[in-house]
Amino acid sequence: MLKTLLKPFARVFEFQAKTHYRMERHSMALTAGIILAAGVGGFVEIAPLFTIDETVEDVADMRVYTPLEQAGRDIYIREGCYACHSQMIRTLRDEVERYGPYSLAVESKYDHPMLWGSKRTGPDLARVGDKYSDDWQVRHLINPRDLVPQSVMPQYAFLQETPLRTDDLPGRLKALSMVGVPYTDDMIANAADDALGQARPDSDRASGVLDRYGEATAVRTFDGQSDRLTEMDALVAYLQILGNLTDVAQNTQLMTEE
Amino acid sequence: MMSNLTSTERARAMLITVAGVLIGLTMAAVGRNDPMGAHGWIVLLFCGVLFFLVAQTLYDAEPVEDRSTSYYDDPTKVGILLALFWAVVAMGMGVWVASQLAWPDLRFDAAWSSFGRIRPVHTSGVIFGFGGNALIATSYHIMQRTSRARMPDQVSPWFVLLGFNLFCVVAASGYLMGITQSKEYAEPEWYADLWLVIVWVVYFILYIRTLARRNEPHIYVANWYYLSFILVVAILHIVNNLAVPASFSGAKSYSAFAGVQDAMVQWWYGHNAVAFFLTTGFLGMLYYFLPKRAGRPIYSYRLSILSFWGIVFFYIWVGSHHLHYTALPQWVQTLGVTFSVMLLVPSWASAGNALMTLNGAWHKVRDDATLRFMMVAAVFYGLSTFEGSFMAIRPVNALSHYTDWTVGHVHSGAMGWVAMITFGSIYALTPMLWRRETMYSWKAVEWHFWLALSGTVIYIFAMWNSGITQGLMWRTYTESGTLRFSFVDTLIAMHPYYIARAFGGLLFFAGACICFWNVVMTIRRVPNHAPEADYPTIPEAMEPAVPAAE
Repeated sequence: MLKTLLKPFARVFEFQAKTHYRMERHSMALTAGIILAAGVGGFVEIAPLFTIDETVEDVADMRVYTPLEQAGRDIYIREGCYACHSQMIRTLRDEVERYGPYSLAVESKYDHPMLWGSKRTGPDLARVGDKYSDDWQVRHLINPRDLVPQSVMPQYAFLQETPLRTDDLPGRLKALSMVGVPYTDDMIANAADDALGQARPDSDRASGVLDRYGEATAVRTFDGQSDRLTEMDALVAYLQILGNLTDVAQNTQLMTEE
Repeated sequence: MMSNLTSTERARAMLITVAGVLIGLTMAAVGRNDPMGAHGWIVLLFCGVLFFLVAQTLYDAEPVEDRSTSYYDDPTKVGILLALFWAVVAMGMGVWVASQLAWPDLRFDAAWSSFGRIRPVHTSGVIFGFGGNALIATSYHIMQRTSRARMPDQVSPWFVLLGFNLFCVVAASGYLMGITQSKEYAEPEWYADLWLVIVWVVYFILYIRTLARRNEPHIYVANWYYLSFILVVAILHIVNNLAVPASFSGAKSYSAFAGVQDAMVQWWYGHNAVAFFLTTGFLGMLYYFLPKRAGRPIYSYRLSILSFWGIVFFYIWVGSHHLHYTALPQWVQTLGVTFSVMLLVPSWASAGNALMTLNGAWHKVRDDATLRFMMVAAVFYGLSTFEGSFMAIRPVNALSHYTDWTVGHVHSGAMGWVAMITFGSIYALTPMLWRRETMYSWKAVEWHFWLALSGTVIYIFAMWNSGITQGLMWRTYTESGTLRFSFVDTLIAMHPYYIARAFGGLLFFAGACICFWNVVMTIRRVPNHAPEADYPTIPEAMEPAVPAAE
């Protein structure tokens, strides 16, 4: 049965076997074949993501990270938080009810690299911003088990003691603008001052942050220490902005539910 | 070992190490206000030590051996020892990381010892340190034997092997200092990535040059797999690591891609690191050492062609199955599932081909733990590729994703398939390389086999249980339609499985330590023994270089 079915293709098989027999005598033929065969899939799946406009939603109110938040994001990456926390709420009922509206592509539009994550040893953080107070976040980072006895998260008490480095922030924002984040020259030039200003509501630098990043930007002493700028300030500022860069998910998904 | 180099080769090697020292010095100088400076000192030290190792022999007599009558095995030997060293370090790290999930205070309250920083030391250490060194070492062995030709020179194999280890050292030490790009399995920063590109290009050229010298008309199937490993890993590595450094005096860089495109590029890389680093290279090992050890030819030549091109073509599409139900467009997700399911055909063709090769040699599988390692590896390869295709299906993935089931699946592949075939190959290779009669202790090989197997089984059963339990708990509703369990409830349910997992890992780690000891004792204590016909031969020689095909 199988043989009769395959009979018309016998010559194809024959041809294939002969060609391959010859091909495997030439290392460069194999090289070219491998590159070609392995190239197709990646090209077909990746290239259109840059050209099809619907891939990323067009949203007017999406804002960039402030220098302080970006510094916090860099600390989040440095400490490997992404190994246990995802930032991607899937389109599943239980996830939407647990974490909030499902994540949209536009929300990580300025994330170089994205931190969608692959494992939830801890809960998803895509919408953790403003879910807890600054004080809760600080105390939780200092020792998670003070607040959640069953937690297996490491302690990050040293962040509260480590001064935040701000001199390299202009360079960081500049690099981000080179890969497509719309930071203006003004934002890049004032990055170090803005980082300080965002954590010092009383200082004259604070108004610059609001001018450049919008009136809704949170300006406060995130780590509870008004005398110095620490890595804790940056990380908490970042955690509090997660899910709050744009309201598009809340607005559109509430509408569809009604 | 270095006295086997001619004086020109010694001089060349010294020049390269001097260049390395200068690079290290520059990095240390410009990066003095950044963790990159520490990397500069590490590079300096690494290259400095190598410089003195070569310099010691600079005025030794020229080597007298006739290079046309033997293979060049020194780098292979060092590569095997380095692979075992990394295995012990990285698997030990794995046990520690796993224990931190069961007992979170099991650290010294230091910044460097948190889960997030030492996990990549475990993953990169195992994948690149252990796997990569084993791949480079076995590829040196196999490409020479199957080509019946010696490697073209004696400097580039060292450059590739030691250059790759420099990359591994920079990567692992960087994670502890917090230097990471956060791209899973591609964490090292821009300068380490650039360095790896250089090493990899030299590796490819070395491979092609050796193949060009071959005294055998056909390129044996193991070499196709190694070639695809070298080529596609290069493509993946370069594209996924495209980034702009924040400054040339610091480690930090920002990926060229953002959000959804970055997610796709990352998992196109991530899943094909599984395909072309952890599968094709090791299939090359399987296609050489399994038939050799079993004393049987490969079952089917046709199947090996089918599975090779099937794997190369299908695998590259499947990365998007890591992104089901996310903001990635649905059409890409659908392509990912389709190819993931189709991928089962070439994967099982390979696994079946390996197992059918053992027909007529099953008594050897019973008696010889080395061959049993390879047989079990082929079985786990079949099992984990089936599990992978299954988990790629959307509804299954809805449950399994983000849970320990994925971790268990990875380890069924990494421990059951990759590590088992590597250990089998190392036991087959060690006596051959060092010209010894046999391994020092066959009992230790048996012990290792049973420790590795039971460790793997305990590990994946623990992870199935915890993953499926957690996935189900997340989506359990009360009768009034609210979520039944808080996240912390699921964490409490995980605790016993996390202990079991750490225990399984400990058994596997113990096996790796035994292997290292056994190999060292074989080198030191077992009497010499010259194997038959392990030297380059002309094509007219009657004996085939490898077991004949179908």
